[in-house]
Amino acid sequence: MSTLTKLYEVFVRGKRGLDHIHVGSLHAEDAEQALEYARETYIRRSEGASIWVVESRHIYASQESDVDSFYDPMDDKPYRHAANYTLPEGVENM
Amino acid sequence: MSEATEDLVSAFEEKIAAEERIEPKDWMPEGYRKNLIRQMSQHAHSEVIGMQPEGNWLTRAPTLARKAVLMAKIQDEAGHGLYLYSATETLGITREELVEALHTGAAKYASIFNYPSLTWADIGAIGWLVDGAAIVNQISLQRTSYGPYARAMVRICKEESFHQRQGYQIMVSLARGSAEQKAMAQDALNRWWWPSLMMFGPHDGESAHSAQSMQWKIKRISNDEARQKFIDQTVPQAEIIGLEIPDPDLQWNPDKNGYDFGEIDWEEFAQVVSGNGPCNRQRLEQHQGAHDRGSWVREAAAAYAQRNSESSQVRKQP
Repeated sequence: MSTLTKLYEVFVRGKRGLDHIHVGSLHAEDAEQALEYARETYIRRSEGASIWVVESRHIYASQESDVDSFYDPMDDKPYRHAANYTLPEGVENM
Repeated sequence: MSEATEDLVSAFEEKIAAEERIEPKDWMPEGYRKNLIRQMSQHAHSEVIGMQPEGNWLTRAPTLARKAVLMAKIQDEAGHGLYLYSATETLGITREELVEALHTGAAKYASIFNYPSLTWADIGAIGWLVDGAAIVNQISLQRTSYGPYARAMVRICKEESFHQRQGYQIMVSLARGSAEQKAMAQDALNRWWWPSLMMFGPHDGESAHSAQSMQWKIKRISNDEARQKFIDQTVPQAEIIGLEIPDPDLQWNPDKNGYDFGEIDWEEFAQVVSGNGPCNRQRLEQHQGAHDRGSWVREAAAAYAQRNSESSQVRKQP
């Protein structure tokens, strides 16, 4: 039987109102323990208001080398950006 | 109220007072949760129903470039609906329940989308006025007290500027075109101006949910404040392209540093909100129809997932 603990990814919300952001990973026996370790490791100096831990194997990932079209910024479609539209003189903000 | 509940209420109110955001795992009063579900789902439904009047012109856009722009905008709106539905689901309600409430009429969407888009100029007027009015509200909602809603608004606002500008650009082109084209732009402005002002809702004193929503900082500016802001920024934009706002009472008031304007036809507003606008039935039927016609896709996806999980269980057996 393997005695290796599970790998967890840690996400921290810096303060209320912000998104959780990935800060790193750690090993733990279960989610509860992972939370405790994360608290000890990542937010000892009030760096966070909330923690998410997710077992790493549950993260289904993709990156740009996998599928070109996923990450194509489609620069040939500049009309999707506000800056592509010149406003008549006198109209300042829109 | 028990002592424990009192503590929860005061902790909640302290967060609101301190301009802190409420997050999904926080305790919140049931009224706050319900009020948010009402407003956020109405907002989500508006994004989705709003695709219909614009979609009406997709196949008839005057050029391929105009068609590509309109397609990109409509795609954004679908995304906005998704951001908002997902944020609403953090309050413990399912997507199915939200859609069901739209179909039964228990949930509303912005009344403006019950007006028909009759000419190509309407696509210009919608982007310029309807998105313009929505932006005024949405900018203020970036500071709403519920975290997931505020974050969705930040993402949405990033995309809205394109929406308004593409609409205004259609109006600019028409207004500078032939007499016939200019008349078409003016006609669209005439028809969309007042419904756009109605988008901000009843006067502050008569708005059913306003006072409580302001107190909980769900809403950050009042209906009348937002409406004034929209008028003040839009009137000069009409003047610059030589279009006339269809309001004989519209007049600059230097004392308040804003425009005075005529009274909205509240009877029309009440009629449209209660289901008797020009397109209410059509909008809901189309949504319901698309939902029903898409059921085979949902069923196929569920069957596929079911089959995959069964075959992976078979593989795992020794």
